[in-house]
Amino acid sequence: MLGKLDWSAIPFDQPIPLIAGAIVLIAILGVLVWVVVKGHLPYLWHEWITSVDHKRIGVMYILLASVMLLRGGSDAIMMRIQQAVAYQSQGYLPPEHYNQIFSAHGTIMIFFVAMPFVIGLMNLVVPLQLGVRDVAFPTLNSVGFWLTATGALLVNMSLVIGEFARTGWLAFPPLSELSYSPGVGVDYYAWSLQISGVGTLVAGINLVTTVLKLRTRGMNYLRMPMFCWTTLASNLLIVAAFPILTATLAMLLLDRYLGFHFFTNEAGGNVMMFMNLIWAWGHPEVYILVLPAFGIFSEVVSTFSGKVLFGYRSMVLATMAICVISFMVWLHHFFTMGAGPDVNAIFGIASMIIAIPTGVKIYNWLFTMYGGRIRFATPMLWSVGFMVTFIIGGLTGVLVAVPPADFMLHNSMFLVAHFHNVIIGGVLFGAFAGFEYWFPKAFGFRLDERWGKAAFWFTFLGFYVTFMPLYIAGMLGMTRRMQHYDVAAWRPWMIIAALGMAVLTIGVICQIMQLVVSIRNREALRDRTGDPWDGRSLEWATSSPPPVFNFAFNPDVRGEDAYWDMKVRARQQSLEHDRPEYQDIEMPRNSPTGFVCAFFATIMGFALIWHIWWMVILGGLGAFATFVVFAWRDHDEYVIPAEEVAAIDRVNIEERRGLVSMAGAV
Amino acid sequence: MAMTATAGHAHADPHHIGVVIEHPGPAPKRIVTAYGFWIFLLSDIVMFSCFFAAYAVLSGQTAGGPKGSEIFEQRNVAIETVCLLLSSFTCGMASIAADVRNRFWFYLGMSVTCVLGLIFLAIEFREFADLVARGYGPSRSAFVTAFFSLVGCHGLHVSAGVLWLLTMMAQVFAKGFRADVLRRMMCFALFWHALDIIWVGVFSVVYLLGSGA
Repeated sequence: MLGKLDWSAIPFDQPIPLIAGAIVLIAILGVLVWVVVKGHLPYLWHEWITSVDHKRIGVMYILLASVMLLRGGSDAIMMRIQQAVAYQSQGYLPPEHYNQIFSAHGTIMIFFVAMPFVIGLMNLVVPLQLGVRDVAFPTLNSVGFWLTATGALLVNMSLVIGEFARTGWLAFPPLSELSYSPGVGVDYYAWSLQISGVGTLVAGINLVTTVLKLRTRGMNYLRMPMFCWTTLASNLLIVAAFPILTATLAMLLLDRYLGFHFFTNEAGGNVMMFMNLIWAWGHPEVYILVLPAFGIFSEVVSTFSGKVLFGYRSMVLATMAICVISFMVWLHHFFTMGAGPDVNAIFGIASMIIAIPTGVKIYNWLFTMYGGRIRFATPMLWSVGFMVTFIIGGLTGVLVAVPPADFMLHNSMFLVAHFHNVIIGGVLFGAFAGFEYWFPKAFGFRLDERWGKAAFWFTFLGFYVTFMPLYIAGMLGMTRRMQHYDVAAWRPWMIIAALGMAVLTIGVICQIMQLVVSIRNREALRDRTGDPWDGRSLEWATSSPPPVFNFAFNPDVRGEDAYWDMKVRARQQSLEHDRPEYQDIEMPRNSPTGFVCAFFATIMGFALIWHIWWMVILGGLGAFATFVVFAWRDHDEYVIPAEEVAAIDRVNIEERRGLVSMAGAV
Repeated sequence: MAMTATAGHAHADPHHIGVVIEHPGPAPKRIVTAYGFWIFLLSDIVMFSCFFAAYAVLSGQTAGGPKGSEIFEQRNVAIETVCLLLSSFTCGMASIAADVRNRFWFYLGMSVTCVLGLIFLAIEFREFADLVARGYGPSRSAFVTAFFSLVGCHGLHVSAGVLWLLTMMAQVFAKGFRADVLRRMMCFALFWHALDIIWVGVFSVVYLLGSGA
């Protein structure tokens, strides 16, 4: 009846996951009760859960990423403490638990923190920057978000019902095969990634189509803000790479569920095929994450330097070059496979070549700052912190791209330090910069600068104190994923790293405090102009938060930095010389399709993990029925009458008049 | 300041002075939908390419089990191919009927497409069932694993296509040739034709190359 599920799935003997799970459950129930008692449920349902508005979906993506960052961060804290104490002892985490923690940490941080964070920012900003009303497929956008949330939910369920994978974040076979991982851990891993992978693919298709087919008048390719270019590159990579992940995990699941022999040790299966396939997705994946961050830094550096982005065309070229070359380097993840010197040399050189367009970008940002009047607001701090940190990460990356050096450093703590160096220093700093930069656009008030700067400095310093020791430990021969060790020379570095983790935690607390303080002081921090940073691209041309239709008129674009251009012209000619003719606007109606679909996906995923076949069929039928009901509806749009558009837009123009007199007065 | 402004204008078009073609604005819905679906199809083809790659890697790994030439039946595959190619033609006829709003030819075209798809699936199912019965199921060797997965993945796509086809017919029956229904029909047609293209690959790589080996 319930497949493999019974009471033994609940880890009654392990206090840590049980207590953590109980606290989370109580917190969720508490929030739910509060929502229902306060009567917020209809508001949540109509305005958020069923929303197909790209801005709302973007905000929900970022909220999901932030919550999961806390979960993944807790795992990190536990690992750092374990390695600080587990010198010639077992520490406080038993091996089977420790292995789940590092697997969950990697999986969560990549798939449920970094991915939703950058996709959320792209969702929120790209249609605004392109001067259009929504993404290409608004309802699908909602489906994509909710499927991602389903994946995150399944991963968290594994904390208290059953177990998570003990295989590392990429579940390499043969360890992840049924013979060595008979439990449900790998199934939790694979099914949550399959479901959220569909969500990511949907988001990728949506954003590619949006950038290529929905741009306002005059928004030629070479006038798009840099963030739109990096969004295009990143989502092209999603479309090209995520199907590989889907196929690879499908093969692993076939091995596990139906006794196939893709990656087994028996009957001719080929383990190295898994490595090749998973990294053919995995390497583009890191560029999927970091390219949008590059776009954010481009926007931020240009805005806070008060200058046009230096070398725009070279930046576009560099972005697209990275997009292509990122598919030609995957083998550097396993130089030790033994493919021979020629193959290793080719992939080593390709890996080093990719540093060239990245270097171009760094110089472009530096030259954008050169001669500019720089304002060191929080987003700019994150950007400058990124440039310093990412260069170090990039250099160690070029180092491990040299095959002989890689033979020494493969799977060592040096590698761990390297990829945290680029992912924290690149992606996370970028996500935080984007968060600080676009928060006023999403909510209509700024974030508190003092707490923001404190968060930056603690995170920045905490990062160095945590990860520089790991480079050294790696040089001293420490391999990754060690539950305990007996080498005295590593110990001090592990203790320093744990202290660094404490500093990083203070950074996270500052970030939370910043949010709390800013929400409390939101009236004082209110931005009525819609353009708090003296911005340059079109998202700043509308009010904050923008009306549901974004723009009363699709703006006309005449060059790069479209909004800056408008401000300058408006100052010269005085704003609004003619009264515009407002027209009715058609917008897509909200739809519960995404939420309902994710509900059935959750049921189906859970049932598949636990082999509850009748429930699988039920979930599948439910998902199909949802789509049919969606396809059957007669009204998919509603009309906002011209008078209402006019009323909303006039308020925005009035607020903005005051600003225009100052615009560009740098 | 003024300098930045002029720079902004000059940047708009530094290399083709005066002849820049202005982007006309957002594309119409029909174009956007079809474009998005094309991109989905590309991603689907990437997924198939992984199964093709896996087949190429594992096709020699028979582990003492059967080789391709021992289990492939050319005659069945020929019938399957004819069914699928013909169904693409009838699907095209149904699309034309939808464009000219002719219900009779639409239903006829779709029905024939459906029947041909089902015949294809029945033959494939019989082939699979026969192999399993002979003890050559997917667990026998890495080669049959890859074979079942690649061909089965295509078969699953055809099954989903048949389900979509029936839903499409029901929708035309209930809603008529509305703009959104026509957009979906266009996507369905693209999907169905794409499956044909995949089948050409399966036919060549698996059955033609395999029969010789």
